[in-house]
Amino acid sequence: MIILQIKDITVGYTEIDILHEVNINVPSGEIVSIIGPNGAGKSTLLKTIFGLLKPRHGKVTFKEWDITGLKPNMVVRKGISYVPQVDNVFPSMTIQENLEMGAFIRNDDYSLRLREVYELFPIMAERKKQKVGHLSGGQRQMVAMGRALMLDPEVLLLDEPSAGLAPVLVSGIFEKIKDINATGVAIIIVEQNAREALKMAHHGYVLATGRNVLDDRGDALLANQEVGRLYLGG
Amino acid sequence: MLELTTYGVVLGSIIALGAIGLSMVYGIVRFANFAHGEFMTAGAYIALFMVTGVSSWIGIPDNTFASLSFGWRMVFAFPFSMACVAGIAILFDRILYRKLRAKKSGPVMFAMSSLGASFIIRMVLLIIWGADYRFYRPGLMRPALQLPWGIKIRPDQILILCVVLFLVVALHLFLQNTKMGKAMRATADNAELALITGIDTERIIIWTWGIGGALAAAGGILYGIDVQIHGEMGWNFLIPLFAAAILGSIGNIYGALIGGLTIGIAQQLSTAFMLPTYKLAVAFVIMIVILFIRPQGIFGKE
Repeated sequence: MIILQIKDITVGYTEIDILHEVNINVPSGEIVSIIGPNGAGKSTLLKTIFGLLKPRHGKVTFKEWDITGLKPNMVVRKGISYVPQVDNVFPSMTIQENLEMGAFIRNDDYSLRLREVYELFPIMAERKKQKVGHLSGGQRQMVAMGRALMLDPEVLLLDEPSAGLAPVLVSGIFEKIKDINATGVAIIIVEQNAREALKMAHHGYVLATGRNVLDDRGDALLANQEVGRLYLGG
Repeated sequence: MLELTTYGVVLGSIIALGAIGLSMVYGIVRFANFAHGEFMTAGAYIALFMVTGVSSWIGIPDNTFASLSFGWRMVFAFPFSMACVAGIAILFDRILYRKLRAKKSGPVMFAMSSLGASFIIRMVLLIIWGADYRFYRPGLMRPALQLPWGIKIRPDQILILCVVLFLVVALHLFLQNTKMGKAMRATADNAELALITGIDTERIIIWTWGIGGALAAAGGILYGIDVQIHGEMGWNFLIPLFAAAILGSIGNIYGALIGGLTIGIAQQLSTAFMLPTYKLAVAFVIMIVILFIRPQGIFGKE
């Protein structure tokens, strides 16, 4: 079943369009990786889904709702969470407070969810009271993902989760993403680190200069020679 | 010297109430509000109206508490005035600043608009109450208490310190422990992420104006109790407020508290060497020096 559908989206920051008629389908519970060179419009796509940019035309459908152009604080209420590439934590607040903010729109008792998130990221549980601004890049990334998971989203949007991390940490983050997916959350992941992103993806899309170029199963794209030559560095 | 320091703490705590609000508004709404001093003036005059006008109509007795210079009338007027100024601050946001936000106006546009707002408030107050100096209770000077080390302090001033302490602790508990308080800190930290997280940032902005306005009103009333009420008082506070907020790293409310006390003490101590009329210049010099050597303030990051 398709849980999130992006249909013929055209969008830009100014008059110049960044994305042209882009189509993406996300089946429920699957990981969809979006790869492509710098400037392909990958981050723009996530921002558009989440309502930070208004598309010029096209449609974003989540489950049975048309969420095109809905404001971010409303999109999040539908069950989609977004982790931006940078500035994705509240640095002057503690880990615990960052997670509480993630649950801001919940009025029920979310202590069980809090425990689950801490179980997923045990390192955070040890440092609940530490200010996030003092943490390392990898730990911040985990806080950012933990924050997004507090709402028990059905779809998680991840913008370059491995960017700026030391290579040893990258595999750790990808492991966590697989763990999150194993709990039933569908994930759209935008990555420079295309090989790793495709390895764990059920489905992959290649974007270039704001257009759909290719899409296929993750392993099929990995095996595709042209993709290998152009986007995976040979 | 010790006595001047004590007076400095009193003045500084009043400056701090204004500076905290100024700093919060800067941190969350992202602009320098030049009308913040006028919130203080408006608070002082609204309380004056409640004390000398409304209180007698509705029959609140005009007695005073022990050795203080005010009584039940002020107890009634104080929170009422805070609420009124909170309302005024929110009103200005709704009719003015919200529109500028919607248009994504630059910081200069915001600053100029707030300067305009400050003129409007000041002139309206002048039209209603005139340019004379006013007192909550004219012709009454309570004797000062003699403390050790030759410090003289009036009971009113002790009460002022207690009220400021109470308000600051209340604000601290609100920001640290309540959901709305935490959401305000989150918005100050990273407004876009707050929106992404589902926080309605417009609601946070309303709360910020309300709290900032109420604290400014409290500062204005306390200054009126300590010294006098005058139409230009808030405008004259503007430089000390900015100096305090910048010194304590703008956006940081704890910094604004420390900054306010520092500026207040420096201003009062300067009167030992200079004419009291140069007090404002002292605040201005501190602001210039801090902007030169450490523009991010004492609590700011490199």
